[in-house]
This record gives sequence, structure tokens and C-alpha cells, in this order.
Amino acid sequence: MPAPLSDQRRNEVLRQCLSVGVATGAYGISFGALSVAAGLSIWQTIALSALLFSGASQFAVVGIVAAGGAGAGAAAVATSSLLGARNGIYGLQMSRLLGVRGLRRIPAAQLTIDESTAVAIGQPEPAAQRLGFWGTGLAVYVLWNLTTLGGAVVGDALGNPQKYGLDAAAPAAFCALLWPRLRHGDARAVAAIAAVIALVVAPHAPAGIPVLVAALAAVVAGFFPPRTPPGRDGLAGPGSPPDQEATR
Amino acid sequence: MTLWTTVLMASAFAFALKLLGYVVPHHALDGVVVSRVTAMLPVALLSALVAVQTFTAPGDGLTIDARAAGLAVAVTALLLRAPFLVVVILAAVTAATLRALGWG
Repeated sequence: MPAPLSDQRRNEVLRQCLSVGVATGAYGISFGALSVAAGLSIWQTIALSALLFSGASQFAVVGIVAAGGAGAGAAAVATSSLLGARNGIYGLQMSRLLGVRGLRRIPAAQLTIDESTAVAIGQPEPAAQRLGFWGTGLAVYVLWNLTTLGGAVVGDALGNPQKYGLDAAAPAAFCALLWPRLRHGDARAVAAIAAVIALVVAPHAPAGIPVLVAALAAVVAGFFPPRTPPGRDGLAGPGSPPDQEATR
Repeated sequence: MTLWTTVLMASAFAFALKLLGYVVPHHALDGVVVSRVTAMLPVALLSALVAVQTFTAPGDGLTIDARAAGLAVAVTALLLRAPFLVVVILAAVTAATLRALGWG
């Protein structure tokens, strides 16, 4: 076991966990509203937040279903899973930090997302890293699910999504999720190429496929050496994206 | 694939990927290429989603409508460091207002 934390450090870390939870919970509202606007039921929306529990993947599932209907299900699952691949890398980092074994790996895995990873790796001492991971993971889980429910109920009551501009809210949400990942020139180049690929493919392919083809831009970029120096938030480390909420 | 199948399959894969990091040997996923591809995937996918959901309409090819104006407002809000929810609401209000005025 790592050395225990002082009361003051403990409170500092817990405050950070809670503020990240509240900031993330706020966009659970937009997820819930967009999901029912896309045609998912309130229960399906809640299931995504409780079971899938990874913001970008959830937005992708509802975005692709909104465009292509239930027939785009396979593309929605594939895009969601490609977006979720980074959580596996976070899990690798967290398993070293947390020292979890046996069945405790199940809740640890479920809570492994951008925000919990970011708060954990942002702490200098091991006890604070563990508290930061569990505290943030639980705060985000509870608030994300509550706000999803709220957003779904409100979205359900609003009805016609176009009248309220909800179809414009979805790309804005993706843009806001993308924004903190664009700090490096490499990432901006990949983003630009991926957007062009998707738009070139879009008129000739069913919903969801253009986005998957655009993922090739990331695969190709991975084989080139980084132009930006590796570092704690450099692209050489898989921890680069997640400090978006923690630093806000 | 029904909507429930989509929801449950996406959830199952998401959990399997998260758990993978905890059960594979620590050196298995190390490596510069794996790290870089994993870091770049969200960038490529999110950017493609922005492009497709703003500039295409089902059965209509490429289009520019009220959603493009919404995106422009969203980018401006992000440049001004607005929080997530404000960005999303501003984009929706922009598109809704333009449509109410009969454009897009």
C-alpha cells in the first residue's frame, strides 16, 4: 500500500474529482437529448451511459444511428469500438498505477475513461493517483448517468429535433470533443485529412462507412515519426488527450 | 441489427477494450506505433463525424445548410474557450433560428 495522504491533500484530490465530475455531467444532458432525438428510447439511452460509459463512443453511436437508422448498426458499433480503443491503452497505464487484481479489475475497467485517467496521472504521489482515479471515475459515472436521464426526458418532451437545431448540436458536440486533441500540428493534419476523406466517400457509401474509412488517416499517421517532441502530453504517450476536462 | 443489439454490442466491445488493458501482459500493447495510432484514432474519427454530420444529408450528397452555420458558431465559441454545454446550445440555437427565418 502507498503512504497515506494528509487530510489537506485528500481534500484537494477529492475537490478535483468532483469538479471534473460536474463538468462532464453537464454534457451528459446534451448526450441524453441527442440520443432520443436520434430515435433511441429513453431506456436505450440510459443503457448506453450505464454500460458503454465512454462519451465520444456514445455520441458516435447515436450520431450514426441518427443518420442511417437501425441499418447503420454495424457501422455504429465499429466506430464506437475504434473510438474506445484508447481506453484499452489507458487501462494498461492504470493497471500499473492502481495495482488492482481479481474481480476489482471489473469496476476499474468500467471506470477507465479520459477523465479518470487524466486526474490519476496528474497526481504526483501513488495514493493520490489511486484516489484520483476512483474518485473521478465514480463522480463522473454517477453524474453522467443522472444528467443523461435528465437530457433524455427533456429531449423526449421537446419532440421534432430539427425545429430545435438538435441536428446541428451533434456535430458541435463532436467538435467540442475533438478540440482539446488538436493542440499538436500532427493531430490537426490528421483531422483535416480525415474530414476530407469522409466527405469524398460520403456521397458513395451508406451511413457510417465514410467515418470508418477516414480512420485510415490515423493508422497511416501512426507509422510516421512524430513531428512534435514526446512528453507528458505529447502524442507519443497515449495519455495525451485526456487532460481536457481536468485542466479546464 | 435492432437498436437494442447495437446498444448492447457497442457496450460489450467497449468494456472488453477497457478490460484488455488490465489483463494483457504489460509489454503487449507497448510500442510507438500502437500508441500513436490509438492517440490519433479519436482525432480522425471525431473530425470525420463533424464533417459528415455537418455537410451531408441522407440521399442528398454534400450540402450546406443551417448546420454549417451552427458549426461556425460552435468553432467561434470554442476559440473563446466556452464550456461544452454552451458550445452545443449555441450551435443548436443558431440552426433553429435560421430555420425559423426560413433558411437552411
